[in-house]
Amino acid sequence: MSGPSRPLNPSGLERYYVLTGGRSGPGGGSASSLDVATLIISRAAAVPGMQHEHEEILRRCRDPLSVAELGAHLGLPFNILAVLLADLLDAGRIEARDPIPASGAGRGPDLALLEEVLSGLERL
Amino acid sequence: MDLKGFDHPGRPTADGTLPAGARSVKVMIAGGFGTGKTTMVRSVSDIKPLTTEETLTQASADVDNLIGVADKQETTVSLDFGKIGINEQLVLYLFGTPGQERFWFLWNGLFKGALGAVVLVDTRRLDSSFRAIEEMERQNVPFVIALNVFPDSKEHPIDEIRDALDISPHTPVVACDARDRASSRDVLIALIRHLKERSAVALESR
Repeated sequence: MSGPSRPLNPSGLERYYVLTGGRSGPGGGSASSLDVATLIISRAAAVPGMQHEHEEILRRCRDPLSVAELGAHLGLPFNILAVLLADLLDAGRIEARDPIPASGAGRGPDLALLEEVLSGLERL
Repeated sequence: MDLKGFDHPGRPTADGTLPAGARSVKVMIAGGFGTGKTTMVRSVSDIKPLTTEETLTQASADVDNLIGVADKQETTVSLDFGKIGINEQLVLYLFGTPGQERFWFLWNGLFKGALGAVVLVDTRRLDSSFRAIEEMERQNVPFVIALNVFPDSKEHPIDEIRDALDISPHTPVVACDARDRASSRDVLIALIRHLKERSAVALESR
């Protein structure tokens, strides 16, 4: 067998350092606005040689999944996950859909959205 | 009590997967430590609530102890969340904020983009939710106050509580039992109605 050896069961900060190549946050790029309720959707299949966590994200996001759920399933803190998602966003392998705010810039309050949420809750 | 995997007609699929075109909205559940935030998320969520964690190094968590502390110490702060299928295309995420407000900065603008917030109040310890109310006002997040009625809570007239909490007469105050799904849902309904009224006022004044 050749190839670099991986540390055995890296845990905690060591594990995160390995996962992100030492980056502590997504920087000012595409993922800096990621929200815990942002939905992630895969736009490409995993390719051989891809980092395991990237592959796992692509697999789990075939159907839209929130950043929070993804973090919980993968056992990764938000800022570490944000780094990994930034990589995939930059490579065009995922799409990120931010939560809809109650009022958008320039278009005022979204009454139709609130009405939609209200009728959904009333059906619970 | 709703079971995981229970079939909801007209709502996202029973296994919780969302259709390709799905969108999300979020609502925050805030309040002091022990006011019932996690309980409310749990009672009203369609899924078993999950936890997303954030890690702090000791250096930023506790500056006083910096000297002589190994650099690998970490502190975990968690955020409980659940979700409610609104219809086939729309899902509402509920986030119970960490009791320690000083950690809210850890999640990219936790309140940004939220429709609004529920601030849970334990009437036996009103002061425990002061900080959360201040924070909602400071960040301009619309909210309703939900008085979580505990078995040994005394009955307080709502006006008295409103005065004690020093909140605007426009902010709704409702009583609830955070353990009860229908009661927690009614709090969310009160929040969305409040948001609709605010929006209507804002649209009229344009």
